[in-house]
Amino acid sequence: MTDHANTVSPAAGSFGRLRLAVTRSEALRGLTLMSPTLFVVVAAMAVPLMLMVAYSFWSQSYVTLDTSFTLKNYTDVVTRDIYHILFLRSVTISGIVTLVTVLLAYPMAYFVAFDVKKNKLLWLILLTLPFWTSYLLRVFSWKVILGYNGVINSGLMSMGVIAEPLQFLLYNPFSVIVTLAHAWAAFAILPIYVSLEKIDRTLLEAATDLGDGPVRRFFRITLPLSMPGVIAASLLIFIPTVGDYVTPSLVGGTGGVMIANIIQAQFSRANNWPLGSALAISTMLAVTAIACLSIWLAKRGTAAIR
Amino acid sequence: MSAQPQSRDTAARRWRGGYAVLYLAFLYVPILVLPVFSFNDSIFVSFPLKEFTTKWYAQLAGQPALFDALANSLKVAIFSAVFSTLLGIFAAKAMTRYRFPLQRPAFALVMLPLVIPEIILGLSLLIMVNRIGLSLSLYTVSIGHVLLCVPFAVAVLLSRFEGFDRSLEEASLDLGESAWMTFWRVTFPIVFPGIVSSLLLTFTISFDEFIIAFFLTGSETTLPVHIWSQLRFPQRLPSVLALGTLLLVASTLLIILAEWLRRRGIQPDKQPDM
Amino acid sequence: MANSDAFIDIRAVSKRFGSVTAVDGVDLAIRQGEFFSLLGASGCGKTTLLRMIAGFEMPTEGDILIDGQVMTDVPANRRPTNMVFQNYAIFPHLTVRDNIAYGLRKDGLPRADLDRKVDAALEMIKLSGYGARRSTELSGGQRQRVALARALIKRPKVLLLDEPLGALDKKLRETMQLELRQIQDEIGITFVFVTHDQEEALTMSCRVAVMAQGRVMQVATPRELYETPNSRAVASFIGTMNFFEATTKGIEGERLLLDAQGLGGIAAPVPGWQVNGKAVVAIRPEKLQLSLDRPQGEVSAAQGTILNSTYLGDRSHFHVRLDGVEAPIAVSAQNVERSMRDDLDDGTPVWLSWRDTAMVVLPG
Repeated sequence: MTDHANTVSPAAGSFGRLRLAVTRSEALRGLTLMSPTLFVVVAAMAVPLMLMVAYSFWSQSYVTLDTSFTLKNYTDVVTRDIYHILFLRSVTISGIVTLVTVLLAYPMAYFVAFDVKKNKLLWLILLTLPFWTSYLLRVFSWKVILGYNGVINSGLMSMGVIAEPLQFLLYNPFSVIVTLAHAWAAFAILPIYVSLEKIDRTLLEAATDLGDGPVRRFFRITLPLSMPGVIAASLLIFIPTVGDYVTPSLVGGTGGVMIANIIQAQFSRANNWPLGSALAISTMLAVTAIACLSIWLAKRGTAAIR
Repeated sequence: MSAQPQSRDTAARRWRGGYAVLYLAFLYVPILVLPVFSFNDSIFVSFPLKEFTTKWYAQLAGQPALFDALANSLKVAIFSAVFSTLLGIFAAKAMTRYRFPLQRPAFALVMLPLVIPEIILGLSLLIMVNRIGLSLSLYTVSIGHVLLCVPFAVAVLLSRFEGFDRSLEEASLDLGESAWMTFWRVTFPIVFPGIVSSLLLTFTISFDEFIIAFFLTGSETTLPVHIWSQLRFPQRLPSVLALGTLLLVASTLLIILAEWLRRRGIQPDKQPDM
Repeated sequence: MANSDAFIDIRAVSKRFGSVTAVDGVDLAIRQGEFFSLLGASGCGKTTLLRMIAGFEMPTEGDILIDGQVMTDVPANRRPTNMVFQNYAIFPHLTVRDNIAYGLRKDGLPRADLDRKVDAALEMIKLSGYGARRSTELSGGQRQRVALARALIKRPKVLLLDEPLGALDKKLRETMQLELRQIQDEIGITFVFVTHDQEEALTMSCRVAVMAQGRVMQVATPRELYETPNSRAVASFIGTMNFFEATTKGIEGERLLLDAQGLGGIAAPVPGWQVNGKAVVAIRPEKLQLSLDRPQGEVSAAQGTILNSTYLGDRSHFHVRLDGVEAPIAVSAQNVERSMRDDLDDGTPVWLSWRDTAMVVLPG
């Protein structure tokens, strides 16, 4: 076995050894394959976000950008009531939207996962089809439906149910919640459906066999096992809706203005990018913190079920 | 099983069935408002309905800006769909086929755009584009859309790649095919339905996306940005409804086409999905 | 260099996954045209070794040579090996025909030649007329045959089989064992066969390598493996074996004198290894005779009591308690007499007897 080393790489040299290292190393090949995607995400998200953080510590005076470090934007964000009110309102509205959307979607997803035997696919297509149409138009059609001279009011009046148009339908938090619950329905149904569908049916039979009725079985088996879907759905709805400014500006009126509208205003009319950045960063951090806290609570809650 | 709980099950099932129908109505009524009033001869969207008309559709034909916006959106959406699906294939393959250090964090980073508000993605990109000194164009919109679409592409493809039996690729290598030909002869045909789903989903997301496009668009606007500008003019409202109806029909046809393609493909044996 | 007759020459091959050592310094020489089995419990490294021969895993250390060529730098698709996978890995998007023709496509054969080859392969596996079927419509046994034909049509120098019969039911498995043997006899190429089923390994192989914890314990013909295992681990893995702790007393000509627990002073054939002090005497159940009275003649004997018995038709199994031995002794007896009566009730005192040549002495 003296010529052992020679037989390993007949075409020695550093290139041969490098090639051998690459083909022999799973890790290197995996990383290489992952790198284009990572590059795009880093270049188009991580770097811009860092720039945004940098901006948030700068300041704007009319048209010139002052790049000396300042905490002024953040002190503004923390001290001025208007931002607190808007932030709280945004989080509350998004929270309610998330809750309502998930609660409405759960039975629907349950129905498709457990009750529909044939044509599951048809149901799924029916449920997701509205989601494939323009978001802007979906929001807009709610404006048309809920408006002062809109579909509901004119419909009820022409039927003689009411004499005057109902004013409480549009331009308030309620209209924002209804519109968002509709617009984000697919994001709730699909993750919950997938997690329900994955549940091994014999687990449910085992629970019944061990003496659980349908209700206890639901809370002890089905719900905990579908929790990943519920959490995913909640995140997918809560986080983007906080940052939505289309819905508030179309159907929210003054009472429905959300934090994203103010951020957007800083980048357009007010032309104060540093303040806008500070608002955006604080919102993102706060929302992430709230989301993490809720996930933690949800997991604790599920773990408490025995 | 005794008869009594079974009948209780049926009752519960019936309730859920009724609920499902109501829920569908909630989903569809706002959508159906568009076509109904797009044929209504009045610039106000209200009951009672007036005469039937197709003049709003005719009006669309006389809006060159609309067709420009449509063409722009198609360009951006096709680019974003192809590019993000390609990146999705790489990532999904890396995630399912290999083990490497920092795999979980890398995956989390790729999926992160999913849970960052679009307004923040859009604005931070605006800042970067501004810093670099690029002018806003369809390219800047496309970059934003690729970023937004990548997590969706990865999610769709990952579920497909996960059900993929690795020994099929090994069998192909074993029978003498190169890695590249193995991809084309084995991997690609089997994950093809997943690729179609990913292309379709990312196309739709990009085609429909407004918030990022609104910040990153230059003089050439995309369709949602164009629609947004139209919403300010009440007299344009009916033609927006007509446009919405056409988009609705187009996306429905697209879904049917996609489903037809998917059915023609083969499911991996063990995947009981959808 | 040793192993001049080795067709597949595995030299000091190790494979580590992180901190886990799957294959640990294995040396093996597999001859041309041999039906060679790698036998071991799951996780013993046999599949990893097979996958290294195929080129799906790279050895962390050591080399594999096939027909004199070093394989280290040769990727799986350039190796003269083909594999039948454990789950068969039949391409679900191709027909049976296209599956079998898969590996020939790149050779650029004329259409007619290709068709003829595939037809011949279909005939060999008795699936003529199934060519146009979707592979998803096949049964387990049919899939196994398609996988076999797909690999063999490439005319490999070595065919690798990764537990190819594991997914089949017992009847089908026995038929396929026979067919595999026949095919191997006809085409005469080297088969390397991975299995955890010792009976399967013994029935089919020319030689068997028994593996445990990444190492090769013994390489031998099935008969040698059964009759002269080289360690307690191999002896207990192949079939059933009774073990008796013993101390050596000395050598007397061709015979080794020992003092064994439960057996007393005995004389066994001298083993091929260096004996010093401790040893284990091993006797197969069927090499022990049961009798009510002390047997006469050139045999050793010990007295015990019947613990329990099981009637199996062609033979019966007994467990016998011997003084000084903790584990019950397994005895297997052919039911030569046609008898409805069971005269060996539990608790019956009996004599166990055996010839001296029945004993194997193993390292303690």
